[in-house]
Amino acid sequence: MAKKKFVVGCFKQESVLFPAVKRVRTAGYKIHDVYTPYPVHGLDHAMGLRETSLHTAGFIYGITGTATALSCISWILASDWPLNFGGKPHFALPAWIPIIFEFTVLMAAVGMVLTFCYLCQMAPFLKKHHFHLRATDDLFVMVIECTAKTNAEDLQGFLANAGAVETSIQEAEAGWWLGTYDKEQRLIRDTTIEIA
Amino acid sequence: MHLKYESQLREPLVYGEKDFHQVTEDICRPIEAKPSRLWYIGFFISVALLMFGVYSIYEEVIYGTGQWNLNKTVGWGWDITNFVWWVGIGHAGTLISAILLLFRQGWRTGVNRAAEAMTIFAVMCAGQFPIWHMGRVWMAFFVMPYPNTRGPLWSNFNSPLLWDVFAISTYFTVSLLFWYSGLLPDFATVRDRAKTKLRKKLYGIAAFGWTGSTKHWQRHESLSLVLAGLATPLVLSVHTIVSFDFATSVIPGWHTTIFPPYFVAGAIFSGFAMVQTLMLVLRKVYGLQDYITLGHIEAMNKVIVLTGSIVGVAYLTELFMGWYSQNKYEQYAFFYSRANLFSPYGWSYWGMMACNVLSPQIFWLRKMRRNLFVTFFMSIIVNIGMWFERFVIIVTSLYRDYLPSSWSIYYSPSIFEIGFYVGTFGLFFTCFFLFSKYFPVIAIAEIKHVLQTTGESYKDQVGNIETQQVEEFAHEYAH
Repeated sequence: MAKKKFVVGCFKQESVLFPAVKRVRTAGYKIHDVYTPYPVHGLDHAMGLRETSLHTAGFIYGITGTATALSCISWILASDWPLNFGGKPHFALPAWIPIIFEFTVLMAAVGMVLTFCYLCQMAPFLKKHHFHLRATDDLFVMVIECTAKTNAEDLQGFLANAGAVETSIQEAEAGWWLGTYDKEQRLIRDTTIEIA
Repeated sequence: MHLKYESQLREPLVYGEKDFHQVTEDICRPIEAKPSRLWYIGFFISVALLMFGVYSIYEEVIYGTGQWNLNKTVGWGWDITNFVWWVGIGHAGTLISAILLLFRQGWRTGVNRAAEAMTIFAVMCAGQFPIWHMGRVWMAFFVMPYPNTRGPLWSNFNSPLLWDVFAISTYFTVSLLFWYSGLLPDFATVRDRAKTKLRKKLYGIAAFGWTGSTKHWQRHESLSLVLAGLATPLVLSVHTIVSFDFATSVIPGWHTTIFPPYFVAGAIFSGFAMVQTLMLVLRKVYGLQDYITLGHIEAMNKVIVLTGSIVGVAYLTELFMGWYSQNKYEQYAFFYSRANLFSPYGWSYWGMMACNVLSPQIFWLRKMRRNLFVTFFMSIIVNIGMWFERFVIIVTSLYRDYLPSSWSIYYSPSIFEIGFYVGTFGLFFTCFFLFSKYFPVIAIAEIKHVLQTTGESYKDQVGNIETQQVEEFAHEYAH
């Protein structure tokens, strides 16, 4: 994947960050992302991100689990190998509810976590560019993608004016990679896998 | 300044003048420092206990379950007692992490990470008992339903024991996923401040490349909320299903409909006691008194007195129903085997009553709830009491059944049964020692999140604002 040019502004407080996000967006810049040390409520709305549908995916996985457990158990105990357990009916739905429930939960949870990792492109051994190491500590790091028309220096001044305590210009990989970069951030061994 | 308002009447959840960086420093300190001598001593004692457990299991596997003092009448003894005890302990972690999340209880953030770790380790310990109790443990995979060459002879989906297999394995998996997804951002924090290459690499692998992107946080919040929503009925179902192991049978003292709620309350009761034991040590050793405050301890003691009283009501209800049923087998189980100090196992019933029902009542007093020594002492007492409870249920119901000729004389454990139990303590504490050294023991990101509404310094600021003139307040802070 190609490298892109970014302007990075670091903020110390939520109360400064929110107006800054608004100003940057009204000025017409494209916010690549804001990296925060904890979930800042309302920031997704301020950035104009849409709601996540992860919970819908979870519901679908859950339903799949219910259907799988119910159909498997009923096929096994009522059709494939019916056994007489104390004279109870072969199709003993009440007795299957615990397992159907557990399997629903299991499928929903495992499916959701895997989907979460897929959507966020997260996996062990995978590397990503970190715009500021303190983004996981105490800084809110706003990253703006530069287009051909963007004047990066102006943008830096704009961010500083909006309350950024630290600004910088960085050229970086926007996605993830598995290879290694040297000190000048040139890819030594490109093993990037293109995915949709 | 955060936009959420919290009442001044509530105690701060984080004491001291702290900013985000200070929180990171405080919680990462144990990971980055060398372990103390005390840590090594504790760790090696745990490993030694674990080895003793491994030896006990080795003996049991080589010579069979006859190494245990179980017999035809008392077919379940210490092993299932310990199984239920450990599963119960696990429940508090899920209660703290899931149910209190749904109830929006801010104080859970200080203790949820360690409590969830405790859940996972406790369930690991619990799982050992039914597995090794199988005897021919190399056949353990027979419990899984898969097309096989024995018919195919499927597992019995109508059996509570198979429900247990599904419940415990699901519970373990979901708890692990919930715990680990919460750990990702904190591993990233440790990674980004790592001084050595090895640490950067290892925590980098563990953090899955977490960056802290807003979109990722949004998904992460959604994931946590749904996992909490799933874990809440799950945790209730797990101990319900464990209680079905007993309640669906026709053994006097077991086949009662009160078992599910009574077991769940008991599980939370014993789990919170174990959380208290661990937290009191953890906050002292790692100097985390600002994060795990007296307020946290008090809140957990409130849960202990509530659930302890629920359990007490359940014991009395059982006695009443035993009398009311006018069933002589039922009455024999309750009024001869159990509530009779002079029957062979009467001591365990009254020990249970003293530990679980009477002594926790001390926590009605605020002074006692906030007393660390009393809390620590009571947390041990409660766990002893809850162990007695399971022992009472299992052994006093089994040792004298319908047929006097098959009554057992007196069941007491063999050295290998005791060794197995001791070994699970070794496993639990070995895991917990490793956790406390290599993992952030408090959820860093979550603490930062609540810091601005419930931190002590924030509360002082709000206090100042409240004394300002209304107009001035509106001018500066209202939106």
